Amino acid sequence: MSSSDRVALTDEELAARIEGRAALNARQRGQLPKVFWAEQDAGERVGNIREVPFAYTPDQARAEAVRCLSCKNEPCVTGCPVGVDVPGFLKLVADGDFRGAIRKIKETNLLPAICGRVCPQESQCQQNCMVAKVHKDLGFAVSIGKIEAFLADWEREVGGVELPPVGPPTGLRVAIIGAGPSGLACAGDLRRFGHEAVVFEAFHKAGGVLVYGIPEFRLPKDIVAAEVDNLAKMGVSFELDTVVGQTLSVDDLFEEGFDAVYVATGAGLPYFVNVPGEDANGVYSANEYLTRANLMGAFRFPEEDTPVLRRENVAVLGGGNVAMDSARTALRLGAKKVYLVYRRSREEMPARLEEVHHAEEEGVQFRLLNAPVEILTTTDGWVRALKVQRCELGEPDEKGRRRPVPIEGAFEELPVEIVIEAIGNGPNPLIPKTTPGLTTTRHGTLVVDEATMMTTRKGVFAGGDIVAGASTVILAMGHGRKAAAAIDAYLRAPASAPNLSAGR
Amino acid sequence: MFRIVEKRLLSENVTLYEVEAPRVARRHRAGQFVMVRPHAGSERIPLTIADVDRERGTITLVVQAVGKTTFEMSDGFAVGDCLSNVAGPLGNPTHIRIPGRDAGFRGTVACVAGGIGAAPILPIARAFREAGHEVVTILGARRKDLLVFEDRLGAASSELLVCTDDGSSGRKGFVTDVLKDVIESRRAGGGDVHLAVAIGPPVMMKFCSKTTLPYGVPTLVSLNTIMVDGTGMCGGCRVMVDGVAKYVCVDGPEFDGHKVDFDGMMRRQAMYKSEEAASLERWRGGVH
Repeated sequence: MSSSDRVALTDEELAARIEGRAALNARQRGQLPKVFWAEQDAGERVGNIREVPFAYTPDQARAEAVRCLSCKNEPCVTGCPVGVDVPGFLKLVADGDFRGAIRKIKETNLLPAICGRVCPQESQCQQNCMVAKVHKDLGFAVSIGKIEAFLADWEREVGGVELPPVGPPTGLRVAIIGAGPSGLACAGDLRRFGHEAVVFEAFHKAGGVLVYGIPEFRLPKDIVAAEVDNLAKMGVSFELDTVVGQTLSVDDLFEEGFDAVYVATGAGLPYFVNVPGEDANGVYSANEYLTRANLMGAFRFPEEDTPVLRRENVAVLGGGNVAMDSARTALRLGAKKVYLVYRRSREEMPARLEEVHHAEEEGVQFRLLNAPVEILTTTDGWVRALKVQRCELGEPDEKGRRRPVPIEGAFEELPVEIVIEAIGNGPNPLIPKTTPGLTTTRHGTLVVDEATMMTTRKGVFAGGDIVAGASTVILAMGHGRKAAAAIDAYLRAPASAPNLSAGR
Repeated sequence: MFRIVEKRLLSENVTLYEVEAPRVARRHRAGQFVMVRPHAGSERIPLTIADVDRERGTITLVVQAVGKTTFEMSDGFAVGDCLSNVAGPLGNPTHIRIPGRDAGFRGTVACVAGGIGAAPILPIARAFREAGHEVVTILGARRKDLLVFEDRLGAASSELLVCTDDGSSGRKGFVTDVLKDVIESRRAGGGDVHLAVAIGPPVMMKFCSKTTLPYGVPTLVSLNTIMVDGTGMCGGCRVMVDGVAKYVCVDGPEFDGHKVDFDGMMRRQAMYKSEEAASLERWRGGVH
């Protein structure tokens, strides 16, 4: 049996496992069947934008948690960028102590409803799960992410959210630039330390990539709104419609009395492949396509005013999560045929396994080892086809990924009316360009001290994609928390910060 | 909130809004724009800032109603109402100097405005004049009643030349005819036009750029393309300049008019033509 055979357990089986859990030894636990969650049928879900997986029921979550072996070396904790105590919270879940379990997670991760859904668990906590090794199938790892999401949803919908206690006011003020995952995580911790936290956001809504990029069917927006609301209840204030670098500069923030600044402006500069025809009508960056569909509500056009082109045939370029999100969004906007064009093979695809699986289930046609070479247009300048060239894998590049080598003469034309480019994003240059004293790498990311996340300018910290390049939500949050701790230390130890007012 | 403190109809479908936005007003420099989302279901649209009052903390926007969002602004918002979102100032400010000359050089700048291009060109004309340049402003429209900002431009410029397509005000003819005459008469008199700044409909900017090219007069145009965020994040505003894709929001909005692919830009501007028409029709049909 492989993990692709999703056998459902009956309520009686779940109850029996929970009942008898204390008597199970590690070998027996390792052999327990995985508890699979239900999902919206693929044919049905492309007709709506609702979330694809259904949440675990309480008994499903408990029975799945029973499978944890509580390994001594804790490979799951090591695999987590923020070091969540996974065996600790799974034990509490197995025992039915959901309140205790969510508290345990929140000691290290403030946004579990989001991380449970968007973390690449198979390359983090679940990657070295011993249960998966027993079954010799990564799909059999304990479903840590699904249990995490269950707990967060339980807390929000049933148990009542407990806000972390806010520290006694220090009178010190920190400006956070960007209301994405890194900025939000940083702001929450700063409040716990008792500092004032003001988040400046360019868009009209807080959430960053969680609201403009990741689609509703993968991360429901009411969940993001609830997390933002919790931060507001903790005293974080949000200044929307404020483009730091334009509306205000970092220097203005120090002048306005902020004692430190955290730059979390993300990777907001879309790359294009740079092939002929990219200025044709019907060519989008994934950023634009997803922002129109998600943040601007183009799914609801004309009830909401922002349109996005709806056509029958669509090509998406890229192999990451953003490419999967774009392809699946295109299906939901009525496309009949969606090609996912990726120049390497399946093994090199950076997307989460679950997203690849969902995209294939929904009928996205993978064109692997295909490199885009030209966008062909009609006489009036609209996309009519994507010309691709087949490739084979050559020698590994500096990152160890095998390089695609085009096969001479192996061209093909895919008839499409829309091309969406999801090949990556660069760091947003607005802050580096307008802030004296910051040093950037040749990729345009900000140089920081890895221990403190402080940039080359005193009192200015940075994290998330503006430092890491295009990365993950959890890593961005990890940076935010690390920076918050460092900012706290910096603010409380004026002796170690003799130039505290240097920026003023 | 972004409260409307003044609203005035300037000509058919053209409305002036003075809006409270103190931070934008404080930072604004000539040539910059804002992204406006009038209400929660609206599009985000780029609007060039025509004027600011730093003391009142207001910015002035001049908006021609052409689609649902702009008609909704003129029909649905009154003095005292608030626009849901105004973000800016965005884009690069105009370089108030003559390209190819040293910073101390003072010369003659022709500011050419077509239709409501009069509004965005006002702060630019004023800035060049304040910097000590001679500013000849050419203001054109189809008819007399479509001329806007004639007084403000007259006050801001060294000289104001008006033309209309039908001759109902000023000279009968196009701004390009007047521009050509200005260049030739200056040259005949031993002077020159050292820079042209053209703002108006794309086709007007295209022909202004064509007019100045044979004379070798550097020409700036200010582009107003479809945008979503206005901060470089979506790339929807990209336009080909000298064969290279540029973002109007972060690389512009002003570019060398001799290098802009206006035809490509106009084609991209029409990308949502059928959606825009359907949306406007639906709104006019009473579905608000």
